[in-house]
Amino acid sequence: MIDRRVAAGAAALALAAAVAPALPAYPLTLLTQATIVAILAMSLDVLLGYTGLPSLGHAAYFGVAAYAVGILATERQVGLVGCLLAGVLLATATAALFGLLAIRATGVYFLMITLALGMVVWGLAFRWVSMTKGDNGITSIPRPELGLPWSLAAPLPFFYFALVATVLAWAALGVLVRSPFGLSLKGIRESETRMRALGYNVWLHKYLSFVISGLFAGFAGVLWAWYNGFVSPVDVQLVTSVETLLMVALGGPGTLAGSALGAASIVFLKNFVSVYTKRWLLILGAVYIGVILFAPRGVLGAFRRGR
Amino acid sequence: MRHLHVRTLALIVLAAFAASALVPAAAPAQPGPVRIGMLAPLTGPFAQIGKDMVNGAEMYLDEIGRQVGGRKIEMIVEDTEGTPAMALNKSRKLVEQDKVHLLTGGLLANVGYALQPYIDGQKVPATYPVIAADDITQRKPAKWIVRTGWATSQPMHAFADWTLKTTKYRKVVAIGMDYAFGYETVGGFQRVFEEGGGQIVQKIWAPLNTNDFAPFLAQVRRDADAVLALFVGRLALQFMKQYKETGLKDRLPLLGGGTTTDESVLPQMGDEALGTITALHYSQAIDTPQNRAFAAAFEKKAGKISSYYSEATYTNTRWIVEAIKLAGGKVEDRDALLAALRKVSLKDTARGPLSVDAWGNPIQTIYIRKVERVGGRLQNTVIATYPAVSQFWKYNPEEYLKQPLYSRDYPPCKHCN
Repeated sequence: MIDRRVAAGAAALALAAAVAPALPAYPLTLLTQATIVAILAMSLDVLLGYTGLPSLGHAAYFGVAAYAVGILATERQVGLVGCLLAGVLLATATAALFGLLAIRATGVYFLMITLALGMVVWGLAFRWVSMTKGDNGITSIPRPELGLPWSLAAPLPFFYFALVATVLAWAALGVLVRSPFGLSLKGIRESETRMRALGYNVWLHKYLSFVISGLFAGFAGVLWAWYNGFVSPVDVQLVTSVETLLMVALGGPGTLAGSALGAASIVFLKNFVSVYTKRWLLILGAVYIGVILFAPRGVLGAFRRGR
Repeated sequence: MRHLHVRTLALIVLAAFAASALVPAAAPAQPGPVRIGMLAPLTGPFAQIGKDMVNGAEMYLDEIGRQVGGRKIEMIVEDTEGTPAMALNKSRKLVEQDKVHLLTGGLLANVGYALQPYIDGQKVPATYPVIAADDITQRKPAKWIVRTGWATSQPMHAFADWTLKTTKYRKVVAIGMDYAFGYETVGGFQRVFEEGGGQIVQKIWAPLNTNDFAPFLAQVRRDADAVLALFVGRLALQFMKQYKETGLKDRLPLLGGGTTTDESVLPQMGDEALGTITALHYSQAIDTPQNRAFAAAFEKKAGKISSYYSEATYTNTRWIVEAIKLAGGKVEDRDALLAALRKVSLKDTARGPLSVDAWGNPIQTIYIRKVERVGGRLQNTVIATYPAVSQFWKYNPEEYLKQPLYSRDYPPCKHCN
């Protein structure tokens, strides 16, 4: 069952890789965007789907990493490895700090704390003008050079770059959730008290899940900064966090591939539907409601009866 | 059975990807229509302004029958949601899929800055009719963007000069929205005002999500001569109301940046706005035949009074059409179109004569306006005009550009304590 899902996901990725060269520039950039946002959604899924912790501040780690890349690449001309390390480490550190404050809470309180912490980062992005350029954002962030004959500045090589990154993130997270550690997370999701009674350190498991989730969100943030070439407080704001949450809910919490699917669907829905109608928010809303009514466990979750 | 579903799903996703590949990139037939891509926020908090922008542009196109030099004009409007990432996505769609010959629109400064590297990278001629962030035509000038709107501090330099020359206000408290647009507005005023002997004695910055101005208004120094306010949209309405309610209106006359009383908010204001003096490059009440005609036609078309946003896109579209004529209709020659965009000069727009400087910002008339009630409704009556104002005011451009951009801390508040 699991292997089949992995195979289906891999087939989808392979096909995306195969058709990419034939795509016109615009759909290709959307596809690139979908792969990057998929990493963000999968990272949140570790927290939401596997550990049962709905975070409303996920854009914080994503944004911290994007800002790190923006600042380092524009002001210090730091290259690929430096930006990647700095972005991911900073996001992880932020998550490690926020986790200490947030993990003690559960349910609605966890939502509120993560929301508040996310707003702190947004406030910093907005107000720490000497560092972040405030509301105007940081622009002209160069894409790194790999030392290969293909420049990442071109859409197609960057797409493959992002695709490889997504595959790596998917594989790493896939191993994580199937590991004994991942299974304990599921156990905590199902019953915290029972896991505690069995002698598991529930707090530590949740905390690590929180930090790992922040790490991968940071990874997505690094790619996002390179992809867009700019970063602004909009990337850190609540709407971004909420949208990520919706992507996971849409695709199916507790299925990495589902989150990725949810992310891709929303990216394409937003961009294509809004071309045809101003009322695209209505359509997006209808899709959410439809999923909640008819497939409360998400699109992919709906196909996993009896689980 | 189960894996079949998964496969079906995967197939659907792939089909979606494949379908997107088949979206036809409009084939450039000879000599097909001129395609103009327009970005505006049609959803979200700025949707009303976005609508004004589209209406202004459409109105001009309708007036000329959507034709220039025998070629049809096709305008493709895309929604930016008011966010930079979406604006960039839509620019990619317009430039790379629809193959527009020219890109225009945008409202917020962060969108302007975010699109700039893309536009310069794609080498697609573009105009900004509304985005006013100073540096787009100053310290980080964009090669491929011509601004047909204004620079934020442009009206404020002239306004400070007017305040010094015609009023006795020498100590002014500035209160504004806590972001770049606020800093640049207050900064422009402060520089000229203080060089002429005035003093900004206090600066108060209110967050963009402020709901209650009482704590900010309580801080205002009562020994000042006047207050300079910069607000936009909902905040302008709320500020005006509370400025009167707290009794400040009777003690300290109110000056302001143009958006504080512009026509997108003025119809929703009451007597609390009366007497407020602001500066902008447009007023719906400019008393020239060109503006009277424009304002009347717009009101008829859109069912609401014209604002600087609708005038901006109306004049901007005319600007683009004139440039296309200058380039002999050859919109495919991007260099020629860009050169033409920079060469256009209009003598008789609704907001007066217009031409662009070497940095790509208009040289235009600045209007000092006072809110009055005429014929039962509020309007920004023009009480003074400053013709041919440059974004650099009377300073030498090279020296001006050596100064830092106006910010929260620049110019420093020497007289605050």
